[in-house]
Amino acid sequence: MNAPLALIEVEKLEAWYGRRRILHGVDFNVNAGEIRVIMGGSGSGKSTLLRHLLGLHKPRSGTVRLLGVDIGKATEREMLGVRRQIGVSFQGGALLTSMSVGENVCLPLREHTRLDENTIRIMSRLKLEVVNLGGFQDLMPSQLSGGMVKRAALARAIVMDPKLLFFDEPSAGLDPVVSAELDELILRLRDALRMTIVVVTHELESAFKIADTITVLDQGEILMTGTVDAVRHCDNERIQDLLNRRPREIQVDADAYLKRLTEEAAA
Amino acid sequence: MQKPHGRDEVNAITRPLASLGQATIASVAGVGYAAMLLLESVYFAAVGWRIGQPLRPRAIFEQMRQIGVDALPIVTLLALTIGIMLGIQFIAALSEFGAQSQVVVAVAKSVTREFGALITAILVAGRSGSALAARIGSMSVSQEVDALATMGIEPVRYLAAPALIAMLIMLPALTIFADAVAIIGAALYSSPSLNVTPTAYLMQTLSLLAPGDIWQGVAKAGVFAVLITLIGVSTGFAVSGGAEGVGRATTRSVVLSICWIIVADMIFSFFLNR
Repeated sequence: MNAPLALIEVEKLEAWYGRRRILHGVDFNVNAGEIRVIMGGSGSGKSTLLRHLLGLHKPRSGTVRLLGVDIGKATEREMLGVRRQIGVSFQGGALLTSMSVGENVCLPLREHTRLDENTIRIMSRLKLEVVNLGGFQDLMPSQLSGGMVKRAALARAIVMDPKLLFFDEPSAGLDPVVSAELDELILRLRDALRMTIVVVTHELESAFKIADTITVLDQGEILMTGTVDAVRHCDNERIQDLLNRRPREIQVDADAYLKRLTEEAAA
Repeated sequence: MQKPHGRDEVNAITRPLASLGQATIASVAGVGYAAMLLLESVYFAAVGWRIGQPLRPRAIFEQMRQIGVDALPIVTLLALTIGIMLGIQFIAALSEFGAQSQVVVAVAKSVTREFGALITAILVAGRSGSALAARIGSMSVSQEVDALATMGIEPVRYLAAPALIAMLIMLPALTIFADAVAIIGAALYSSPSLNVTPTAYLMQTLSLLAPGDIWQGVAKAGVFAVLITLIGVSTGFAVSGGAEGVGRATTRSVVLSICWIIVADMIFSFFLNR
């Protein structure tokens, strides 16, 4: 029997900002070929988890393995090897504003390959065509609309044909039509380029549309990981709150409340 | 609940102490971070090409143009003004002793050892140090630095190292240029009062200057180059808090650079002139 290959393995990951614990012993696996959506409200720790998955933070305790490499212990060369095989599309696009769209898309190829200029140009334009931005290579990022910036960032993320693609908040700040188009694009990428895709979002509709499996994160803990149907029919109260847009019922602890009001300074 | 007595008094003493301690820790951390940036930049410049992080000559030349060539007009203007100003002051001061002829040597030594390097460095700190902080700061805010890192492009290699090398080449070069322009300025102003031609003034300057004088200025310029780049880059990388943070970092980089430049200049002058 062949166990599915896990591209991302996270074990007992803890993250702290100062004295505040953001992630509480998170265990998390993503298998090859799936589209995994990490869902959670604001402050659930999903951005922090993503930054650890991208290797932007080294785990303080616990392990993060990307494509089989433990990024807490990886040498620079191993880390570079991993990074050449992952693509990231950031929330705001994060295109380099000093370069044109085409140069942005060419950048990973120029930095990591020895291809000649013609090949690089053709490859980058191919990827721009994939995201429906053919012919826009000479514009500067500031001349693009929000949806176009995200698509250009996606083109840059997939230009090295990564095995693993991360997508941070694809629909944030976009109108419903454009975000629906982006969802279609993500599905097409998985089918056409056989990528494993991790999407971080709090948009329910888009999550249910694109996900194979969903991980629900709440206050630094994973509430559940399962298929779309399993999440929809889960009877966990917090998950249902999230799905039905119910406000949280906040329990007020009278003593703690008084203490916060009267306390002079952080001890 | 009753508070224990004397807690306010204790707080009044400990709070300033605590903030002093925090400020000290922050500044030590800042110096440490800058030192780490310096080591990393040197590391990438030396062996980057072997580990897949090569320094691009194009990026270095681009920075050299921005730091050096683009600064030529303003450096010329300021150096000329400083030269004339020194001519005025030295003629006024030295004529009190009837030692007007000493103006040439006074200008030559003070410009090459001190003013050329200092003025150029302050100017470049204002122009390019702040630009580095603003550029890297706004890149950090818009996640461009993160994007570079996840693309496997080390931000220090891509953003800091080329600037450091360009600054190390261009600041000494600009300093020598400023030396020459300032001395020409002094020559234009003071040769009539000394009853010599400007050419004769310049020839006399050349005969009075020792290579050590020029070297002193150039060596200082090298140190200033490192200071300006490290302060600009490290305040840039440390930006948080959006556009306002970028503005604060820009100001901070200029103020810090100029303070460090002047202090370093004083220390240098002390040890080189003993």
